[in-house]
Amino acid sequence: MTMTASAHGPELTMKLTVRDLEVFYGSKRGLAPVTLDLPEKNVTALIGPSGCGKSTFLRSLNRMNELIAGCKVKGDVRLDDEPIYGPGIDPVVVRRRIGMVFQRSNPFPKSIFENVAYGLRIGGINDRGEIAERVERALSHAALWEEVKDRLQENALSLSGGQQQRLCIARALAVEPEVLLMDEPASALDPIATAHIEELIDDLSKNYTVVIVTHNMQQAARVSDWTAFFYMGELVEYDRTNIIFTKPSKPKTEDYITGRFG
Amino acid sequence: MTVAARVDSGRSRPFVRAMRNRAGDVALAVSSGAAILLVLMILAVILGDVVIHGGRRLSLSFFFTAPTEGMTQGGIFPALFGTLAMVLLMTVAVVPVGVATAVYLHEYAPARSLLTRAVRIAVSNLAGVPSIVFGLFGLGFFIQFVGVGLDKIFHGGERVWGQPALVWAALTMAVLTLPVVIVATEEALRAVPRELREASLALGATQFQTVYKVVLPQAVPGILTGTILAISRGAGEVAPILFTGVAYFLPHLPDSLHQQFMHLGNHIYVLSTQSPDVDATKPLLYATVLVLLIVTFVLNLAAVVVRARMRRRLAGVGA
Repeated sequence: MTMTASAHGPELTMKLTVRDLEVFYGSKRGLAPVTLDLPEKNVTALIGPSGCGKSTFLRSLNRMNELIAGCKVKGDVRLDDEPIYGPGIDPVVVRRRIGMVFQRSNPFPKSIFENVAYGLRIGGINDRGEIAERVERALSHAALWEEVKDRLQENALSLSGGQQQRLCIARALAVEPEVLLMDEPASALDPIATAHIEELIDDLSKNYTVVIVTHNMQQAARVSDWTAFFYMGELVEYDRTNIIFTKPSKPKTEDYITGRFG
Repeated sequence: MTVAARVDSGRSRPFVRAMRNRAGDVALAVSSGAAILLVLMILAVILGDVVIHGGRRLSLSFFFTAPTEGMTQGGIFPALFGTLAMVLLMTVAVVPVGVATAVYLHEYAPARSLLTRAVRIAVSNLAGVPSIVFGLFGLGFFIQFVGVGLDKIFHGGERVWGQPALVWAALTMAVLTLPVVIVATEEALRAVPRELREASLALGATQFQTVYKVVLPQAVPGILTGTILAISRGAGEVAPILFTGVAYFLPHLPDSLHQQFMHLGNHIYVLSTQSPDVDATKPLLYATVLVLLIVTFVLNLAAVVVRARMRRRLAGVGA
């Protein structure tokens, strides 16, 4: 199935281009060949029922899938025309440019400051002033600075669930990636914390290309510019969010978004 | 059978079963209680006997003087010193090797490869080898092979390293306690959530950075548990050091790694079986046993305290 967003508007630059991306777990196919383009500084939502392949797709965009034993990826993913699965490409470099936020917030059991500084330190930045400045910038960007600026040395696990998830976002932003992948970032949070995260995603899209997996269709409709619907390991439909949610071209998509299944 | 009788028996059968279950519960509670009591009594008898008989002889000078008068007088300082030195050396040797092995097995080795499986089988077999066999291994490998080899290369065949010595005893004991450290460390690594590894890798950390900065700090309490167990085992075992470094009696402390040493466990054996006057050494024997127990207990306690502090720090309470 071939769907390219370029047909919908020539003014868009494509950040990630995916061609025939296919994922196998052992001999089982987890994702049928997917072809799509993800436009720069836009939010793309991946929706679909559990086990439909949306998380598998997301995790192949920064090569996190290969950490799973027996997982094999075929096809081509390009970040600004550079093949991320090309020979000699280090997944570590790919992951510095394509950051990720997980479903369950997973701060390190270190201080708030050290959580955000972690990516900088492992990246070889040692200058204290620079680290402090970038930690503050990342925390401000994640809308957490005001809440934590007086307790940066406290353990990150003392934060609330919503704060922890924003800390994880700040941690991902600190290394200044170009793309931010989010795997159901608000599914474990209460409505207020969720609203915080959604506002944040909107804000982030000014500077970052965001790809977000969500179970919540209202959330997809609220935060995203583009929506891809996955079903049974296949990409069914990919289009502008307002088109997907008002007049989708596939009956399967319509069934799903109107709540007939899933 | 009348209808009423059938109804009655239908009711009573589950009732009887419930009673039988209840009786089972009581029997189990009583028998396990008795078993615990038995264990506690044995412990109390051993400890009580040692403390009562040994406590009288304990004094500061007992700790800090050497045996005199054919070991019927004096203290145990050389044996205490030797034991602590040997355990310290053993710990320095076994912890890095054990932790490195566990990290390789759990973080790097492909889970189902032949090599991984072979190493695992070797580790669990190592744990089952009788300790006297480790002693013979230490004699054959460390002294005859490594020690004599070193002498040939560096000392023109003169005996310096090729004889029983503190370092060989410590290394032999390290081999003996290696499985304990490996198993405990692997257990600790397994308990580190996958989410933390993923968080680190997703930030562009290498595998090594992830292990070194995220996984290992989380595993420190578990590694310390392994170290505690290794130390307890190493402080008490005598068989592995019999041929590899322990001495019956030494007039002075070892001042280098290639000298022999005295050891509390061995000293107890010597006092109880090798003394010319067993009655005269008896009070000393009790006191020495008490000291060995105290040393093991203090080493354990120290490690437990360190571990508890590490745990608190990881949980974010102390930080």
